[in-house]
Amino acid sequence: MTKRQLWLRFTAHLDMPLLLGLGLLMLTSLTILHSADNGGWGQPLKQVLNILVGFTAMWIVANLPLHYLMRTALPIYTLGVVLLIGVALFGDISHGARRWLNIGIATIQPSELMKIGVPLMMAWYFEKHEATLTAKNYIVATLLLLVPVALIARQPDLGTALLISASGFYVLFLAGLSWKVIGGLFVAALASAPVMWSMLHDYQRHRIEMLFDPSQDALGKGYHTIQGMIAVGSGGLLGKGYLNGTQTHLDFLPERTTDFIFAVYSEEFGLLGNLILLGFYLLVIGRGFIITANASTYFTRLMAGSITLTFATYAFVNMGMVSGILPVVGVPLPLMSYGGTSMLTLMLGFGMLMSIETHKKLVKT
Amino acid sequence: MSKHVELKNHQREIYYFRLRLALSIAFVMTLMLILLARFFYLQVVRHDYYQTLAESNRISVVPIVPNRGLILDRNGVVMAHNYSGYTLEITPSKTHGLEETINELATLIEITPKDRKRFKKLLAERRDFETLMIRNRLSDEEVARFAAQQYRFPGVEIKARLFRDYPFGEKTAHLIGYIGRINQTDVERLEENDLAANYRGSDYIGKAGLEQSYESELHGTTGVEEVEVDSGGRAVRMLSRSAPVSGNTLVLSVDAKLQEIAEQAFGNYRGALVAIDPRNGEVLAFVSKPGYDPSLFIDGIDPQNWDELNNSPDTPLNNRALRGQYPPGSTIKPFMALAGLHYGERSPSYTISDPGFFTLPGSSHQYRDWKKGGHGSVDLFKSIVVSCDTYYYGLATQMGIDRIFEYLSGFGFGKKTGIDLGRKTEQGYDGESSGLLPSQEWKMRRFKQKWYAGDTVSVGIGQGYNLVTPMQLAMATATLANNGVAYLPHLVREVRSTRSGESRLIVPKQTGELKIPADQIDLVKRAMLAVTQPGGTASQAAQGAPYHIAGKTGTAQVVGMKQGEKYDASKLDERHRDHAWFIAFAPAEQPTIALVVLAENGGHGGGTAAPIARKVMDYHLLGKVPQPLPDSAATGEPEHD
Repeated sequence: MTKRQLWLRFTAHLDMPLLLGLGLLMLTSLTILHSADNGGWGQPLKQVLNILVGFTAMWIVANLPLHYLMRTALPIYTLGVVLLIGVALFGDISHGARRWLNIGIATIQPSELMKIGVPLMMAWYFEKHEATLTAKNYIVATLLLLVPVALIARQPDLGTALLISASGFYVLFLAGLSWKVIGGLFVAALASAPVMWSMLHDYQRHRIEMLFDPSQDALGKGYHTIQGMIAVGSGGLLGKGYLNGTQTHLDFLPERTTDFIFAVYSEEFGLLGNLILLGFYLLVIGRGFIITANASTYFTRLMAGSITLTFATYAFVNMGMVSGILPVVGVPLPLMSYGGTSMLTLMLGFGMLMSIETHKKLVKT
Repeated sequence: MSKHVELKNHQREIYYFRLRLALSIAFVMTLMLILLARFFYLQVVRHDYYQTLAESNRISVVPIVPNRGLILDRNGVVMAHNYSGYTLEITPSKTHGLEETINELATLIEITPKDRKRFKKLLAERRDFETLMIRNRLSDEEVARFAAQQYRFPGVEIKARLFRDYPFGEKTAHLIGYIGRINQTDVERLEENDLAANYRGSDYIGKAGLEQSYESELHGTTGVEEVEVDSGGRAVRMLSRSAPVSGNTLVLSVDAKLQEIAEQAFGNYRGALVAIDPRNGEVLAFVSKPGYDPSLFIDGIDPQNWDELNNSPDTPLNNRALRGQYPPGSTIKPFMALAGLHYGERSPSYTISDPGFFTLPGSSHQYRDWKKGGHGSVDLFKSIVVSCDTYYYGLATQMGIDRIFEYLSGFGFGKKTGIDLGRKTEQGYDGESSGLLPSQEWKMRRFKQKWYAGDTVSVGIGQGYNLVTPMQLAMATATLANNGVAYLPHLVREVRSTRSGESRLIVPKQTGELKIPADQIDLVKRAMLAVTQPGGTASQAAQGAPYHIAGKTGTAQVVGMKQGEKYDASKLDERHRDHAWFIAFAPAEQPTIALVVLAENGGHGGGTAAPIARKVMDYHLLGKVPQPLPDSAATGEPEHD
C-alpha cells in the first residue's frame, strides 16, 4: 500500500466535521489545563495521553461494522449489571460512597461503563422488536434502564444515575414513546419529588439547598458554588486574560482541573470565550444530529440521537453547575475536564457516531 | 400489499423520528440559551459585584500594629517599655477539640489553672478569627520543646509578641497605670471617636493612669499591608505596605528616683504624696499607697487577684492622690490666715488670748483647741507656728463662709486641678475628684438646710464640711509657695515624636494669679518656716536640714469626738486614728519643690507625715538617698499639732 492508500484506509471511517469539533474542544482543554495547572505541563501532558487512548478507542469503534456494535450490546449490558451488583456487595467505599470495584488488577467504576451500555442495550432491544413494537416493549426497555440506574443511585451516585436516566430517556423518546406517557412521567416525577427528597442523603440535600442559597454555608458546602460563580462573574466580557485568573491561581477554585475547569476558562476568557466554547460544542452536537438524521437503521438512529443528546446534557449540566443554576453533582465537562475514564467513554460514543455515519454509506453501495 | 404497508410505515416512522429529532434540537438550543442568559447575567449584569468579591478574596488587608510609645522619667529612666516574648496561642476553630488540646499541651508545657482561667475569659470575649493566648513568657527551652511536637497540635502556634512592662511595678501603678485588652466598651468608644480603623489589629489600650490619658500619643499609627492571599489565607505576595508609626515617647516631669524614695518613705503607711515644682506646675512625684501590680491587668485580671485587690481594706486600687477626699485639718490654716489678711479681718499684730476653747456668742458649746488650756496670747504668726485652733475658730466666724469660699476658691479648693491623668475628654481629664469647698448655696443645694454659724467654726480648722484631695492641697501649696501664681499641674513634660525625632515641650500654663500683697505672703511664709524651726509643730522632722523648709502640719479627724472626751490613739482602732498631713515647700526663700504628704491613720502630721516629706526634699535638693530605717513608723516623741 502506498502512503496515500494507508492514509485513506486510516481515515476511511473517521468523520471529519465531527473530528474537527472534537479537536477544537481538546485543544481548548489542553490550553486551559495548562492554566489550571498553574502554568505547569504535568496535567496537559497526561491529558494528551488520555486523548491518545480515547482516540485509539474511537478509531477502533469507528471501524467496527454496525452489526459488531449491536452484538456487543447484550454482553456489555450484562457485564455492567453484574459489576454493579458486585459493587453493591463488595465495592470499596471512598468519600462515603460505594462506587469502585477492585477486580484484582485495577479498581474500576462500572457506572462509567453503563453510560454507554444502557443506551446501547435499549437501542439494540428496540431494533430487535422494531417490527412489532407494543407498549410491553417500552415497559421492558424502561426496566432495562431502571435496573442499573437503581443500582447506581443507591451507591449513592445520584449525578451519574440521573445522567444515565437521561440517556435512556432519550432512547425512549426517540423510539417514539407516546406523548401521553411522557406527560404522565413528567407528572409522576413532580409528584414524587417530595418522596425523592426524603430519600436523598444529607450531602445530596445540602447540594440542592446550596443552589438556592449558597451563602448560608460559604466556607462549607456552598464554597464550590460561590467560588465558581465568582470566577465566572469576575471574568466579565473579555476575561482576565490567559493565566491571569486570580480565583484559579490563588487556589480559590476547588477541583479546577476536573469538574470546575469551566470556571477557570470562563474567568480567563470571559463571555466572549464562553460564546466560542458553546460554538465548539454546538459544532459537535450539530454534527451528531446530522449523523442521527442520516442514520439508516432504527438502532443507529436511536443510538446516535442518544449519544448526541447525552453529550449536550453533560455539557449543560456541568456549565450550569459551575455557574450556579444546577446543584453540584460531580459531572465533568465533556472533553474539557481532565480525566481518562470520561474521555474514554465519550470517545467510544463518538466512535459509534462515526461508525454509524461511515458504515451507512458502505451498506448503501 | 404487506410490503407496501411496511414501506409506508417506514416513511411514517422516519417522519415521526425526524419530528422528535427536531424537538431534541430545540431542546438543546433551549439549554444553550439558558446557559447564555446565565453567563450574561453573571459576566455582564453582575460583573462588578463578582469583580469586587474576587478582589476581596484575593486581597487581604493586614494591619501592622505599631509599637507603643515609651514612658521615661525626666532623666530618661524607663518607666514603661515593651519587650518581645514568646506566647503559645490557640486558634480554637482549627483544633480537634479545645479541651483535649489544652490538656495535651499541659503535658508538654506548664499550664497553670490561672492560665486556663484567663484563656476561658479570652475565649468568651474574643473577636472573630483571632488567636488566643494560653501561655505567655515562654522560655527558650519551652519554645524548643513545643516546636518539636508542633505537628501534634493543629491550631496551636508560637507567636512573638511585644509585651508591656512597668519596671517600677507597684510604685508607679497609680501614676503610669496600665494597658489592658480592648473590650466592648472600648470598641464602642473608639468607634464613636472615629478611631476604630487605627485600632485594627491592636489588642491593647490604655486603661488607667498616663497609659490612659496619653493613649492618643502612645498608641501610634497602625500600618497596613495589602497582601495577595490564597484560599488558605496564606500570603502569596505583598502588594503594598504603609509602615506603622510607633507611638510617641512620653518624657515625664516625674523623677523616678524621687518617686521611689517617696514611696519607700511611707513604710507601711497608706497615703499619698504629690510633689510639684511651684515655678511651672511640673509634678515631680506622684504617689498613692498602697499600689498594685499593674501587669496583672494587662491580659485581664484573674478573679482571685481581682477579689484580693478589690476587697482589700487597704483599697490599693483607689488612687488616693487623685480621688481620695479628706478633711484638710490644720493645713488649711495658712490659707485661712491669708484670707483674714485679705479681708482685713486680721492684722499681723492682732492678738487673741486663747483660753483653750472658743464659744459662739449666745452659746455655751465649747469648740476646743487641741491644747488643753490654750496657747496664751496668739497673733497670726504664732497661730500658724503652734497651730492654734481657737484663733481660726474666731477668724472663720468673723469672715463668714461665703468669704472663705470666695478666697479659697482662688487657691483651687473645691475644683479639679486639671492634672493630666484619667480619660481625656472635651472637658479635660476625668477621674479626678474635686473635693469640697462648702458655701451657703452648696449646703442649701445639698442638704436643703441653711448654713449655721457653727458650721463655719470647724471649717476654720479644716474639719467641717470641707474636703480636699492630696492633689488639690499640693496645688494650693505650690500656688502659695509661688506667691499666688498658679500653674496647671502636669506629669508629662515632653512628647517625643518617633517619626521625626522632634520633641514637643509641654509649656507651663499659668492658670491663675492671686494678687497677694508681699507683706501678707511674707508673713505667712515666715510663719510656715518657723513651723519647722524649734518650737514649731514640725521642728523635729526638719532638724539638721541645710536648707529652709516652710511647712504646716495637719491632723484630720476620722471619728468625731464627744464634748469632754480625750483623744487617745492607743484606745482607737487603727483605722479610726487621725490622718496625718504635712504640706511644705523648700527652699523656703526660693521654692523649687512644694509637696503634700498624707499618711492615713498616721496620727500627727509632724510625727508621721513631715519625716516623709523631709526625705523627699533631701533627695530633691541635696541628692541625698535616705538610709533605710528599721521601722519608719517609730519616729520618737509624738509632737503635737
